[in-house]
Amino acid sequence: MGQKNDAEKLILTRSEDAELLRLATAGSVDDGKSTLIGRLLYEANGLYEDQLASVRQDSGRFKREELDLSLVMDGLKAEREQGITIDVAYRYFSTPKRNFIIADTPGHEQYTRNMATGASTADLAIILIDARHGLLPQSKRHAFIASLLGIRHMVVAVNKMDLVHYSEEIFRKIEKDFTNFSEKLRISDLLYIPISALKGDNVVRRSPNMPWYEGPALLSHLENVHVTSDRNLIDLRLPVQYVLRPNMDFRGYCGRLAGGVIRKGDEILILPSQQRSRVKSLVTYEKEVPYAFTPQSITVTLEDNVDITRGDMLVHPGNLPQIRREIEAILVWMDQKPLQAGRIYWIKHTSQLLKGSVTQLHFKINPEDLGRQKTKDFKLNEIGRVTIQLFRSIFCDEYTKNRETGSFIMIDPVTHATVAAGTLIERGRLPAATKEKKHKTISLHRQEGSIAPKDRERILKQKPATLWLTGLSGSGKSSIAFALEKRLMAEGHLCYVLDGDNVRHGLNKDLGFSPQDRSENIRRVAEVANLFNDAGILVMTAFISPYREDREQAKQIIGEDRFLEIFVDAPVEVCKKRDPKRLYEKAEAGLIPEFTGVNAPYEVPLTSAVHLKTDQEDLNACLQKILDLLRSRGFLKGKD
Amino acid sequence: MENYRISKLRLLEAESIHILREVVATFERPVMLYSVGKDSSVMVRLAQKAFFPGKIPFPLLHVDTGMKFKEMYEFRDCYIQQIGADLRVYIYREALENGANPWDLGTVKCCAFLKTQALLNALKEGRYDAAFGGARRDEEKSRAKERIFSFRDEHGQWDPKNQRPELWGLYNTLVNKGESIRVFPLSNWTELDVWEYIHLERIPVVPMYFAKERDMVVREGRLIPLDGPVPLKENEKPQKILCRFRTLGCYPCTGAVTSSAATVPEIIREIMTVKNSERITRLIDHDQDSSMEQKKKEGYF
Repeated sequence: MGQKNDAEKLILTRSEDAELLRLATAGSVDDGKSTLIGRLLYEANGLYEDQLASVRQDSGRFKREELDLSLVMDGLKAEREQGITIDVAYRYFSTPKRNFIIADTPGHEQYTRNMATGASTADLAIILIDARHGLLPQSKRHAFIASLLGIRHMVVAVNKMDLVHYSEEIFRKIEKDFTNFSEKLRISDLLYIPISALKGDNVVRRSPNMPWYEGPALLSHLENVHVTSDRNLIDLRLPVQYVLRPNMDFRGYCGRLAGGVIRKGDEILILPSQQRSRVKSLVTYEKEVPYAFTPQSITVTLEDNVDITRGDMLVHPGNLPQIRREIEAILVWMDQKPLQAGRIYWIKHTSQLLKGSVTQLHFKINPEDLGRQKTKDFKLNEIGRVTIQLFRSIFCDEYTKNRETGSFIMIDPVTHATVAAGTLIERGRLPAATKEKKHKTISLHRQEGSIAPKDRERILKQKPATLWLTGLSGSGKSSIAFALEKRLMAEGHLCYVLDGDNVRHGLNKDLGFSPQDRSENIRRVAEVANLFNDAGILVMTAFISPYREDREQAKQIIGEDRFLEIFVDAPVEVCKKRDPKRLYEKAEAGLIPEFTGVNAPYEVPLTSAVHLKTDQEDLNACLQKILDLLRSRGFLKGKD
Repeated sequence: MENYRISKLRLLEAESIHILREVVATFERPVMLYSVGKDSSVMVRLAQKAFFPGKIPFPLLHVDTGMKFKEMYEFRDCYIQQIGADLRVYIYREALENGANPWDLGTVKCCAFLKTQALLNALKEGRYDAAFGGARRDEEKSRAKERIFSFRDEHGQWDPKNQRPELWGLYNTLVNKGESIRVFPLSNWTELDVWEYIHLERIPVVPMYFAKERDMVVREGRLIPLDGPVPLKENEKPQKILCRFRTLGCYPCTGAVTSSAATVPEIIREIMTVKNSERITRLIDHDQDSSMEQKKKEGYF
């Protein structure tokens, strides 16, 4: 009986905890995309025997030589007969860590619209490249569309490595070519993996055939990549989808939160009427809740009787979206009939359906070199920038800020076909294709002083750097940082430790430990370290900083040439035994939610400058390694 | 402290509720196809949630072949009364009176009359412009290709090569008079998700999903229940077998699986380790190559 209850509890925990990752896959005709997905499903037990049996049958019927996993993916009869993929297919599989939805999008040029469809809801994109052919224009097109649709995480899977003798040289060449291209796109997390989908190399397990590759296998990357912080939890946007009036006493406003958090008692501004009210209750089937957040679907009641209809938007008075009748957008044209400037189309944006027309076609973009070209119309699968005049105002944000309020579709008024997908950009702003400096805004300018970094280096006899110590709680980050500070100061070097606990007492005392707050914590620390470095001072930081993406961001802020990632590594069992602040004890008792190593993940660094194993090396050995690094890279200069 | 994590099931739930509300907000005469099975039970619960504290603002429609299991009818009548929904039952009497049954017509023709044509008749009679179905993309390969909002022409037909692109959560709900939309709020759910949700939400389902000893006959390796007047062939003998149903359909064409899973958690554990997809027990899916795709083109769900 006890066993049964345990099993039940386990299942309940799993159902409540499992997360969902949506990914899109794209590749050229013969890159082996369907084989890769077939392989993932097969290895993760996402395929059933009877589905495999029907594949075996089909493999025979269409006279293919071996069991072709791609036949599982091609759902339509015409696809299986022709051996091509025509339409987006959705596939599902799960591992104990995560559930996955794959949008498998065809790679032929004429089906760009399907790639856009699959990418529009994905958190991550896998771009497949055939190792034998190198980087082809198709892959550039796919990467461009993925970045255009706001996918922040991308994996470039270089497939068919078995056919090029698992050559590192070939892999590195593709890596270099793709990096050159992708620098013009906005992709914050990019990983290259050499694989063979057919043979299974680096798909589920690291392959012994490519010992030179040190990164994770594809599946373990998919299981661990951190995506929660991609959601916009800052700006409250509730498009009213439906007004619920079951009786005279109840009036509820239903909708799916497109951004932010709404709380009982919040002051609310209603658009477009600009009326104000307060949230009386947040109603769900089970109970009233104190708060709700994106992407939940909820029902809100307000204190006052106000006139609200579908298409209105509830926001916080201090945080308004843009209210626009003229918008600037990047369009992906998806219809056989070309876009006609001046023609009136239906436009669907959040819960609004309204009319509008394109008044200007600025240019179309060549996805292969991101070049611009003047144009009079957009044909099927063409992408470009337009100005649209609307018949009514919409409440919107830039697409990069909010995927829900920053996107729209266009519908042909006669055929009712969906003819275009649009993403909103700021007026005067360059499209995603052009890389921008993150910190520039119109009203803020960086002040440049007249002292050059060289001047500071000369006086301080050191080149500034940030030693970014990352590792589990109890791995020894603070001990190492403070010991190092002492050693460096004794040698006459100016340095300073930014320690996790100390920073959280002051600068970051408003932050908690959710993934969003952890990210913000790291961002601020990185900004401070950057200023210290600007002042010429060496900085040691001691933060768990469990997410690869956050450390990557820190690197971007501080600058690649002066950011040194130090992996302070000790097995979690050892850290638990040390437990200097008795945090593990508390976390395991359930007193600390989201504690790294207990109930929150730690993403191991892939490219650290120094890897310290504190369960095997003593403090002096660790310090020596770091000092050696600083000397060899010329950060510490000899004293006169 | 506030926690902004959202689990897979709650994410799927939020998406489904959004879809249900979108249809009610934009169509004049929506209807929900109710097949009495587990997916229908989940879909009905989602509808209750979407419009709470109001009632479900559209009727449920059961296209009844007259050949469902007794336990399904009992469950249906009891459950519908309990939740106070508006259930319409459609039976294609003319076809039944003309002797439509799988033994004489074969399963392909029988389905064409009692399910596909019956469905089209019922939708036309009710002048429904949007119909919810509980189909999931993980069930079958042609369903994996279908949109959540699936456009149908005036004859209810699906054109897989000419589907509207579906981006973000922006559903194209525009149709001309006579045309309609089939909507699948459970598109992204898997069989496991459905059972986990049933467990989490304590949703009632037909007892036939749970294992018990039943009178069965083994035919071509399949377990056929002796629930109705199933003609026995030579050398066939009824036997008592511990089994359960993974999907529910018509009694002549729905097989059981041997199983001892008698509770929802046991079913969940079974599905996590099972080797065959759920539709293997549906004889009608295996009539001919691409049979589901063919049915859908003709107007089936």
